[in-house]
Amino acid sequence: MTKRDILAVVFFTVVAVFFVFSALMMRSFGPSADPNDTDYFNAPMDDYIIDNTQSETGANNGVTSVVFDYRGFDTLGEATVLFTAVAGVVLVFRRLKK
Amino acid sequence: MIFNIPYLAVAALILIGLYAVLFKRNLIKIVIGVTLIESGVNLFLITLGYRKSSIAPIYTSNPNVNQAMALPVPQALTLTSIVIGVAVLALMLSFIVHIYRHYNTLDVRKLGGDEE
Amino acid sequence: MSGMSKIVKTISNVTFPLIMIYGLYVIAHGHLTPGGGFQGGAVVASGCAMILVAYGSIWTMGKIREKNLSVLESLGALFFIGIALFGLIFGAMFFNNFLADGGVIFGDHVTSGSTAADFNTGGVLPLMNFAVGLKVIAGLFAIVLVMAYATTKPGGGGKE
Repeated sequence: MTKRDILAVVFFTVVAVFFVFSALMMRSFGPSADPNDTDYFNAPMDDYIIDNTQSETGANNGVTSVVFDYRGFDTLGEATVLFTAVAGVVLVFRRLKK
Repeated sequence: MIFNIPYLAVAALILIGLYAVLFKRNLIKIVIGVTLIESGVNLFLITLGYRKSSIAPIYTSNPNVNQAMALPVPQALTLTSIVIGVAVLALMLSFIVHIYRHYNTLDVRKLGGDEE
Repeated sequence: MSGMSKIVKTISNVTFPLIMIYGLYVIAHGHLTPGGGFQGGAVVASGCAMILVAYGSIWTMGKIREKNLSVLESLGALFFIGIALFGLIFGAMFFNNFLADGGVIFGDHVTSGSTAADFNTGGVLPLMNFAVGLKVIAGLFAIVLVMAYATTKPGGGGKE
């Protein structure tokens, strides 16, 4: 058992205890949407998006209007990442013609 | 505790992926571990956006209009994360092919020892 | 890698148009049903990968060089940014939705609540869906094609 193996075991045990403990302490899955309940989850931004999607964007799909209209800048960044990945893969396998 | 099963599934996925990254020697198995960690994080993002007895945020031919809808923003962020995961996986695999051609081995403890 | 037998080639010839129609349907109706540019692009790229496996990478690289695929991908990215910059002219905002409720194309008005699916709505969203779908199709097919062709060595050194 080298020093690296002992360090890896200790690190893995610490991270495992942390993850399982915090998964048990999270709020319960599915908070209610009714303002009169005890575990009410207030989401004002998403309520505004759901209520005004059809009048401002003209689309029936809430997720597409968020991806392309309310947060179109993130889609631009993602298209750039995809383009860079394709360029990198084609670059690695280039054959130089002699 | 019975209602936290999605969060326990997220923890299980991330821990299995972390075990594969730390304790395995084959390069392909390490890449599979990275993909498992990525899947766990995507599942965690979607799980955060569910409200009790809510339906999908779509208005086309919706039978009951007064029911609460799930949050659309975490679903949009998960889409971006999945595409970035695919891009990183493609680059990692092409580097593995290149490394195999140069060193003729896939064992991670035998690489990079030429400088000593 | 070499192709597979005649039965596999015939069946993939029959199945590939069906997969392509389904993928283009998912891309085109992104503003009405679940789906959109990225999801439909992944479906069509899976169909193209099936053709690559059935016919072999040498034959496919002879027919489709990756230069043509990179032209298609760049066209998709330029179209996406072009539409976003057009919004600057018509409303002084980047990514402005200048076709919604507007009249020329894709500009019908949508009543609130549950409606039937009208394809003519959505504003800028269907055009952006097409641009991103084209980019994803060309990009994923280029990745799979280049990685499959790199495992063959035409003459010359290397490890078989």
